[in-house]
Amino acid sequence: MSNKSVMDKLRLEQAKALVAALESNDEEEVERWMDELTTARESTLFLELGKLTRQFHDAMMSFALDNRVIELTEKDIPDAKERLNYVISMTEQAAETTLNAIDEIMPVTDAMAVGVEDLAARWEKFLHREMPFEEFKAMSKEISEHFASSQTGLTLVQGKLNEVLMAQGFQDLTGQVIKRVIELVHDVEQNMVELIRISGKRFVPEAKAVQPEAEEHLAGAGPVVPGVDDRKGNTMASQDDVDDLLSSLGF
Amino acid sequence: MKILVVDDFSTMRRIIKNLLRDLGLNNVVEADDGQTALPKLQAGGIDFLITDWNMPGMTGIELLKLVRADPKLVKLPVLMVTAEAKREQIVEAAQAGVNGYIIKPFTAATLKEKLDKIFERIDAGH
Repeated sequence: MSNKSVMDKLRLEQAKALVAALESNDEEEVERWMDELTTARESTLFLELGKLTRQFHDAMMSFALDNRVIELTEKDIPDAKERLNYVISMTEQAAETTLNAIDEIMPVTDAMAVGVEDLAARWEKFLHREMPFEEFKAMSKEISEHFASSQTGLTLVQGKLNEVLMAQGFQDLTGQVIKRVIELVHDVEQNMVELIRISGKRFVPEAKAVQPEAEEHLAGAGPVVPGVDDRKGNTMASQDDVDDLLSSLGF
Repeated sequence: MKILVVDDFSTMRRIIKNLLRDLGLNNVVEADDGQTALPKLQAGGIDFLITDWNMPGMTGIELLKLVRADPKLVKLPVLMVTAEAKREQIVEAAQAGVNGYIIKPFTAATLKEKLDKIFERIDAGH
């Protein structure tokens, strides 16, 4: 027998008892059965009200967690845009440094190649004893000049290659920034899912205070993105600033 | 001199390795975070540690603290090369016993200067 039919049977019995009491004019019994019926009714009402309150509370709590949504839209997403702009400018800089270096290296190596080819052909001629002395004198002078210009050229090439090497640092710096943006996208995704799950409850909570960053610096936050991470003024703009700070600490 | 370079980005490890080679320092080993670096350090034979801060697994600052807590490694020179540039972080690293701190992006000249400075102090200490 189901719960409902048990309840119905009980109520039916209570009602019958009430009718019987009324017919027999037993005032005391009438009062008792009336009380019993209304109490049963009230307790069901309170039970339902209790359930509703619990549901309301749960909905409020899950929405409170979702204050993160507001923080995301107001702060993190605009920050992410700045961060991605930083990635563009870093990669652009690296590409430009590399291309500029190539532009400067190519004419130097080309000239060296031409010089070597020319001298090599004449050197062969000399080795085969087919070169008049006057021509040999001219070639000797050119060889000396070639050594000198090669030295200058190679120094330039080495310097430029070093610039290309250093420019590759962009991969690390932009990688760190992109990783943070990926984390953000993941966060947004989770919050969207949660928001859809509880949508229909139409109220928007006040934005909560920004989460504390007390221990954030221990984990590491990646490069200082201009306009995003330097707003609080607690970041070092250059190696000189770092050196000054360290020397103030007794380094 | 055997140097351990710790960075989660292989590009940066290669850059540092190249720069060290230019400075005549050819004996370089690598690790990609603190967790893989620590056993290499504990195994002995490393004379100098260059580490990034922000790495998965174990960060550079955690690695530094563990190095300083290990009696065998307590005197190992440690140079941080990192993009972390917050004041509190540099103070934290200094308090943890770092020997030098370079922020990325950096130049070959800066690396040389900091290395020279650390070597100078070690020589003076002997």
